[in-house]
Amino acid sequence: MSGTTKKVVVLACSGIGKVYGAIARETTYELMDRVRPGVVVTICLPLLVIEDPEARQLVTDNPVITIDGCPKSCAQKSVEALGAEVARTYQAINFYKAHKELKPEGIAELDENGRKLAALAADELAQVVDELAAGEEK
Amino acid sequence: MITLEVLKVGIVSCSGEAIPGGTLSRIACRKVLDQMRPGETVTICLPLFIAGGKEERDFASKYPTITVDGCEKLCARKSTEKLSGKPTKSLIIPDILRKHGIQPPTSLRNLRPEEKAAAQVVAEEIARTVDEVLGG
Repeated sequence: MSGTTKKVVVLACSGIGKVYGAIARETTYELMDRVRPGVVVTICLPLLVIEDPEARQLVTDNPVITIDGCPKSCAQKSVEALGAEVARTYQAINFYKAHKELKPEGIAELDENGRKLAALAADELAQVVDELAAGEEK
Repeated sequence: MITLEVLKVGIVSCSGEAIPGGTLSRIACRKVLDQMRPGETVTICLPLFIAGGKEERDFASKYPTITVDGCEKLCARKSTEKLSGKPTKSLIIPDILRKHGIQPPTSLRNLRPEEKAAAQVVAEEIARTVDEVLGG
């Protein structure tokens, strides 16, 4: 990657009611801590709900990936409600559909399958992060 | 015929993906919902106040609601007030931890044993508040 890389903001579903919300969060943490540290950043989604100025600035100035846990797509809609654009949107259930051998369980804390699934999903999103960080697309 | 309606308390948790207090809040709230006060509590994902419809925005008028915030930005309380209705009680995790002399957590994921113990203390405080609201 070049020296002009941008930060890429990954926003996860905030849900505490479904396992796919937890998958969205864990995938975000995997991207931030292991797969693309220093490039991927996240913020608390509810900061967008209260229209926090710094959070708004972050999603306005940088490419944003949303990972939602259900079809209500709160992460995507919360960004769009501020008039900002989402570069890529994902539904966490599709990570499972692509790896059906890893049925995740747990909401507050994921089981081993869930953690493996999130790690795989993060690996698969790395290329998209690199493209966005290189400024190939806002 | 007499209909007995069971009153439930709504819990709106900070979901704070970027702060350890958010993780603590999610874990403590799930403990209350699943283990400590199941049947007496319901929840809603906080961003549904924006992304959802009227049904979601009616949450705080339908249920007496406790908000649980993970930091001083108070997203849960402010969002509920602004988009749904005034919460009945507002809990702030740093205040609860201070009251019990517990150090704030530092992990975003994979809580350490002492942080899990802190989540239990917070869950007990939420459960007590649920009882207070139901006892009215």
